[in-house]
Amino acid sequence: MPLLQIRNLTHWFGGLRAVHDFNLDLEEGELVGLIGPNGAGKTTVFNLVTGAYRPTAGEIWLNGDNLVGLRPHQITAKGIGRTFQTIRLWNELTVLDNIRIAHASRIKYGIADSILHGQRYRKEEKEIKEQAMELLTVFGMEQYAHELAKNLPYGAQRRVEIARALATEPRVLLLDEPAAGMNPGEIGELLDLIQQIRQDFGLTIWIIEHQMRVIMNICERIKVIDFGETIAEGTPQEIQNNPKVIEAYLGEEAF
Amino acid sequence: MRKLYLPLLILLLFVIIIGGSWLGIINDYWQLVLLFIGINIILTVSLNLINGYMGEFSCGHAGFMAVGAYVSGILTVWLFAEDKVFGPPVLPVAWAIPLFPLALIVGAIAASLVGLLVAIPSFRTRGDYLAIITLAVNYIVKSAIENMEVIGGPRGFVGMKRVMNNMADVFDAPWLLIWTFIAMIAAVLIIRNFMASTLGKGVEAIREDEVAAELMSVNTRRIKVIAFMLSCGLAGLAGGLFAHWPGGYINPGTFTILKSTEIMVMVYLGGMGSISGSIISAIGFTLLLEILRPLGVFKWVVIPLLLVVMMLVRPTGILGNRELTDVFPKLRAFFGYEEESYALASD
Amino acid sequence: MTLDIFLQHLLNALQWGSFYALIALGYTMVYGVLLLINFAHGDIFMVGAYVGFFIATFLLGIFSNAAAPLPTWASLLILILTILGSMVITGGVGVGIERVAYRPLRERGASRLYLVITALMIGILLEYLNLSILGAADRGFPELIQTKIYTVGGVSFTNIKLLVIGLAILVMVILELIVRHTKIGMAMRAISYDKVAVPLMGVPINAIISATFVIGSALAALAGIMYGSAYHVLSFDMGILIGWKAFISAVVGGIGEIRGAMVGGFLLGFIEVFVVALGQIPGFEWLSSTYRDLVAFTVLLVILTIRPTGIFGVARRQKV
Repeated sequence: MPLLQIRNLTHWFGGLRAVHDFNLDLEEGELVGLIGPNGAGKTTVFNLVTGAYRPTAGEIWLNGDNLVGLRPHQITAKGIGRTFQTIRLWNELTVLDNIRIAHASRIKYGIADSILHGQRYRKEEKEIKEQAMELLTVFGMEQYAHELAKNLPYGAQRRVEIARALATEPRVLLLDEPAAGMNPGEIGELLDLIQQIRQDFGLTIWIIEHQMRVIMNICERIKVIDFGETIAEGTPQEIQNNPKVIEAYLGEEAF
Repeated sequence: MRKLYLPLLILLLFVIIIGGSWLGIINDYWQLVLLFIGINIILTVSLNLINGYMGEFSCGHAGFMAVGAYVSGILTVWLFAEDKVFGPPVLPVAWAIPLFPLALIVGAIAASLVGLLVAIPSFRTRGDYLAIITLAVNYIVKSAIENMEVIGGPRGFVGMKRVMNNMADVFDAPWLLIWTFIAMIAAVLIIRNFMASTLGKGVEAIREDEVAAELMSVNTRRIKVIAFMLSCGLAGLAGGLFAHWPGGYINPGTFTILKSTEIMVMVYLGGMGSISGSIISAIGFTLLLEILRPLGVFKWVVIPLLLVVMMLVRPTGILGNRELTDVFPKLRAFFGYEEESYALASD
Repeated sequence: MTLDIFLQHLLNALQWGSFYALIALGYTMVYGVLLLINFAHGDIFMVGAYVGFFIATFLLGIFSNAAAPLPTWASLLILILTILGSMVITGGVGVGIERVAYRPLRERGASRLYLVITALMIGILLEYLNLSILGAADRGFPELIQTKIYTVGGVSFTNIKLLVIGLAILVMVILELIVRHTKIGMAMRAISYDKVAVPLMGVPINAIISATFVIGSALAALAGIMYGSAYHVLSFDMGILIGWKAFISAVVGGIGEIRGAMVGGFLLGFIEVFVVALGQIPGFEWLSSTYRDLVAFTVLLVILTIRPTGIFGVARRQKV
């Protein structure tokens, strides 16, 4: 059974149909791309899957659990992590706190304990802090731990966002244009990073990207949407030669 | 070892203030000032949770204070004092001494339940509109009390003085000051500890980006309910203490928007999201009010002017969102945990 | 409740709602342009009433003649001069506050929270400045128009009541026309829509903001004079409660919307007048007039819980 199953997902914004009849099976361990021209509805699909929007119609199943109607934090707790198209770190908090907070769904101590700071609280908080530092070390960012998120350089902020998403312990990671605004050198590092975390954390990754270098390099399978409709699906080679895709992108992006 | 400094300092303060009051070294006037300082610290620190840490704009804190004041005031008068409405004391007067804090806690719980009136709309409403809801709740509470003739309506409620006198007759001690001091320390520790926890950090995540917080597994609704109930409950606690002040009466006219504004001003003055700032400004502002007392009504010309000028000179309050230990890192040896207050450690 | 009694209350409600609506306009316009809740606005209403009081008393001192009562044309002239004078001066006060207290903060990029607290402080400052200079005694607003009572089929009303309602509606229509069709009005709407791009398009944003404060404050002054003419009593704290209620009207209608201010103002006027009216009907005596505020604020709470952006307000979807 596929890890993530999406069936006939449809979403209307008022009178505008942003996503129509979207279907996807994501197998465990896959790395799949979602591309399409600006305004095609890619981010909307992510927002529907993570619960930020409630779909007008359709079903989303993660490992046999229906996700439609759950609140975003519940969906995240079930194992879907994500990053954002524009960086959405908690700017006035430290990098470490950004990572810590993403552990929220695994906190077992209660409100009383959060105030009284008992044994159990201290044990859990210690674990959370250790895990968070460990994660930052994997990303080579432990020196930034006590820096405010807003003070980090752009590329580092992008990496913190990925680290934060990983702190929610996802099975499926949704990356929304992770390479946006990066220079070619940084993109190379990003590609390595994605490959590395994919292996280290046993992740299934679903990625939206405009940079064809990223998509064509790492994706095993690509889905193309335009105006909310799926127009093509296949391996990078198939997609590159698909006339419908070329038409949709004409003048938009050089293949 | 260093963790002992803070408890020792608190103990010392307690001995000086309570001992001094007991022995009459601190006169009645200064005891009153100290009482108001304590109450204002609780109010300021608790409102800071909402206005500073959560970044919402609650401007009805006095309403929750009123709930706590009336509930615990009525409770103690009913239980421990002869009253026109409630008749003779229900319980032996001596019981007032151990049960007084319980009455305060009941008042706090009542206030935190009224806090739900704000917490639930806050799921869908943010910013200015939520501010208006807090304002409405403030007016609703005040207006509801005014319409309850049993408890004095607009004239107010009296009898708490008899409770305090009865307690003093059983055993002579500055009871109100003792409990105010304990409640103040508790309030500060509650907010500080909660905001140091990963659970509590969710409050700040909501301020920074609520959508991202929810998507990063923070149950924002739960956090909002906790934050509002904590904040409102502490305001109720402060109200309960205030109800037993030596003046001996409370009336709805005390708990107006003006009072709420006063609390907001103290939060702003200290800096949003700074506990030590809140404490400093609550002390400073209370003293300022006392110093300017001879000016009469003109006081309320001077204070807003001072604040407006200060706003222009230093638009982030005294400490901004930093703590005293961030500004003077050496203090860290005396206060707080090592793992806290990173904000400026690396600057 | 018979029809004539109902109509009687309706007229009272319209008058009461007119004050709310006129003051609510100032709140809503400033909010539309700056996203600032100008909590000093209720006190601007008070300032307007007092400035009107002084102008009217001064003019009456010049014109009046112990021998003969003032001719109608003279009192009308005084009324018009009072209204215009107070509108100009109060508009100046409003824009002065903007310049001195709000703009510097804005230019420093201070959080909106601090702007709101500043506004609250300015409100308190105005109240207590009045109290310390003029003392605690209430002032009696001079009777500029001879009150005449008309009775039509059981419903009685005064000429002042008609004037208040008429002026409020007229002002609202003019304002709506200004905002829809003049250059300055379009600039106001544009700024409320996008604060970043509009200045780049060459719209003089500070001038537009100043204009907004002038108009809003002038309307509050108009409301103040009307209030004085209708009730004849001015006090330093007259602006507080009516200001908050007007603010509620603005919010209930959907803050930032001129129609919203009008509808919200009249709605709140109706609710309040009819709560009091119901209390006079047998069986409803428990509903004493002291419940007026309680009902008004509860309505606000309910409306905002159901429709968080008010009646006309449009929710701007947050982009994820």
